[in-house]
Amino acid sequence: MNSSRRSPPPAVEFATIALLAGLLALVCASFFSLTIRWGELFGADARRSALEFLSGFAPPELAGSFLAGIAKGILETLSMSALGTGIAFLLGIALALPASGRFGAAARLGIRLVLNILRSIPELVWAVILLIAAGLGPFAGTLALAVHTTGVLGRLFADALENLPTDAEDTLRINGAKPLAAFFYAALPQILPQLMSYTLYRWENNIRAAAILGVVGAGGLGQMLKYHLSLFQMQQAASVIIAMLLMITLVDGISFWLRRRLTANPSAW
Amino acid sequence: MNKMPAAVFSRHPDPAWRGRVTAMVIATALLWPMLVAGEFKPWILFDAKSLAATGRFLAAFFPPAHSGEFLWLMLAATWQTVAIATAGLTLALLGAIPLTLLATASLSVSQLESGRMRLAGAVVRQTARWLLVLLRSVPELVWALLFVRIVGLGPTAGVLAIALTYSGMLGKVYAEILESSESHATESLLRNGGGRLAALFYGAWPAAASELVSYTTFRWECAIRGSVIMGFVGAGGLGQRMDESMKMMAGDEVSTMLIIFVLLVACADLVSTFLRRRLG
Repeated sequence: MNSSRRSPPPAVEFATIALLAGLLALVCASFFSLTIRWGELFGADARRSALEFLSGFAPPELAGSFLAGIAKGILETLSMSALGTGIAFLLGIALALPASGRFGAAARLGIRLVLNILRSIPELVWAVILLIAAGLGPFAGTLALAVHTTGVLGRLFADALENLPTDAEDTLRINGAKPLAAFFYAALPQILPQLMSYTLYRWENNIRAAAILGVVGAGGLGQMLKYHLSLFQMQQAASVIIAMLLMITLVDGISFWLRRRLTANPSAW
Repeated sequence: MNKMPAAVFSRHPDPAWRGRVTAMVIATALLWPMLVAGEFKPWILFDAKSLAATGRFLAAFFPPAHSGEFLWLMLAATWQTVAIATAGLTLALLGAIPLTLLATASLSVSQLESGRMRLAGAVVRQTARWLLVLLRSVPELVWALLFVRIVGLGPTAGVLAIALTYSGMLGKVYAEILESSESHATESLLRNGGGRLAALFYGAWPAAASELVSYTTFRWECAIRGSVIMGFVGAGGLGQRMDESMKMMAGDEVSTMLIIFVLLVACADLVSTFLRRRLG
């Protein structure tokens, strides 16, 4: 029995075991409290109705006029994302100035708090709130994207500004340039490539977000999807979903390709 | 400033102004069609009727709703949101782990032996990858919309939507992490006749465990945010309550829910940072 000597297994801390037990308890509690209707999900009835539902999708609607509508929806989605990101870029820079401590510590804390709040409320929730002020349609979606992205970009921009060595700006200031001029001609050109890469990355995210914002009535492809689904026009809904998938895949592909080109050959900037 | 010698400086203080103005003109020309397509009409915001509606709604924000009964309701809704995220992520793990095993190239025996995969292995691997791509390309909100149609309103749709989307995301990233981590131990095990499962558990998993765990907790955090959002299409939790209060224009309830939501996200952030430090 004892001929094969094994080294003892590594000791496991009590805290780790407690933590894992806690996680397990969380998972169990989640499943028990949700009363998921497994029966309805996997019963014969459910399978039949799900199949019926899915078979309603085929074939996707491909009539010319409908495809033109989808193209308009895609254009609307892209415009929403581009405008929202553009507004957020400008507001982000404007808020990054106080958030990087250029107007004192109190302003820095205050603006950072505001940015955190803007950031932690998702685009879709902003869209629902902004529908009241801006009405149904892509404008509310654009504003929602702008507000959320301002929070994200403002924070990133402020961090970039804080990490920037201040030599160039100091030189201009010592030689009599005004603070704003010093910022625009010394600090901004140095961090602009970084700001652009953050902004492009968020734009990519926002295209994906803009595609679904319409589900609450804020324009773009999502609004078409919601409309056709609620009328049970499954074939049209299928076309919209496929268009959404194609658009997202295309954007993913382009950004992957661009990023690989830019990182593979940094001198190509 | 005004007395610069003309020979050194051009008359305009900004030497690059021509380029800047041209860029601005081109940008405006590109922007115009977008403004039209996006129905960008900021003056709507300052329309008297819309200002009045917004004013009424925002005025109700303070004080936030805080009756005991309402707070209990909120507590239940918040728990439901967390539970949807947790249950969904657990199901996603059940789907993602087998798919990861299929998709990870560094666990391929035939590739190790001959430098290339057997045809059958390559086909299975590629199919698994396409499945993962399909699962994660459809946004979770769209899955939720479809499931609400199939299983009806309530948390079941949210759990299923998270399970499908996140199994795609987790599977893809797990495979990437396993392929990019230190492969020496895995390779030795496979070369010396260890099974693929053994190679995973004793080679690949220990080498990549901390990265896998931290990505999973990060996704849990995202799932919480996602489950709130899916509530807006009827998938239960805090989002569904927010949608109802929004439709009744009950500003005080909405403001309480926004506060709860911000706190919830902050807490999830803290917990996931703690878990990452502890288990990573």
